[in-house]
Amino acid sequence: MGSGTAIGRVRGLGSAKHGAHHWWQQRLTSGSNLFLMLWLMISVARMPGYDYAAVHLWLQSAWVAVPMALLILSVFYHFRLGLQVVIEDYQHGESRVVTMILLNLFTFTLGGIALFAILKVAFSGAPA
Amino acid sequence: MASRNPARPLSPHLQVYKWGPHMLVSILHRVTGSGMATVGSLLLVWWLAAIASGDQAYATFVDVFTTDTGGLNILGYIVAVGLTLSLFQHMMTGIRHMVLDIGAGYELKRNKMGALATMVASVALTIVFWLYMGIK
Repeated sequence: MGSGTAIGRVRGLGSAKHGAHHWWQQRLTSGSNLFLMLWLMISVARMPGYDYAAVHLWLQSAWVAVPMALLILSVFYHFRLGLQVVIEDYQHGESRVVTMILLNLFTFTLGGIALFAILKVAFSGAPA
Repeated sequence: MASRNPARPLSPHLQVYKWGPHMLVSILHRVTGSGMATVGSLLLVWWLAAIASGDQAYATFVDVFTTDTGGLNILGYIVAVGLTLSLFQHMMTGIRHMVLDIGAGYELKRNKMGALATMVASVALTIVFWLYMGIK
């Protein structure tokens, strides 16, 4: 920076054109989280049992596996945005960069494991 | 900052305000959200991975939170009640956020009532959930 016109230095920096993006994505996912978490709590509460066979059979159904996968996507996106704000409030300088990278690692690693686990159960036949 | 006057008036911060429920639920929203994002997501993914791994991995998960007789142990109670109360509190304050986002509910009395209502609702929903689980 330091060269070029004033507008040239500003372009591509800051929140130009997408200032409300983070805020809006947080609101969108809060709406989908509301429905998906209500579904999860009601679905878990209404399960016939909580032994391995019952839980495996439950997760094997497309009517559970699909909303569960959507829940992981929506909830994980939402908490990544939320924890980003918490980090921005309390961490400064280098530690902010480090914690932000760790946040992304945490979110994508856990999210990847969760989606794999859901698909593995959904695509498998009888309980292992 | 050469001409900084140490006696200058400072902008008011947390300590000058009288505590109210609106401040409490704001902090609760952040605390419950951060708690669920870390502890809650780890446990959810552990549970899903255990189901995918087989009955032994699932038994390991269940053993951590239950006694030999099948009921919840102390850790199980803390985690189960803690996470459900956090979920319902965050859900209720989240709905409150939506109301405030559209510009409603800023009148002093209504704002205070709304903040208190989120805590009453979250405790009530947690009790209803666990009563249902207990009766079943």
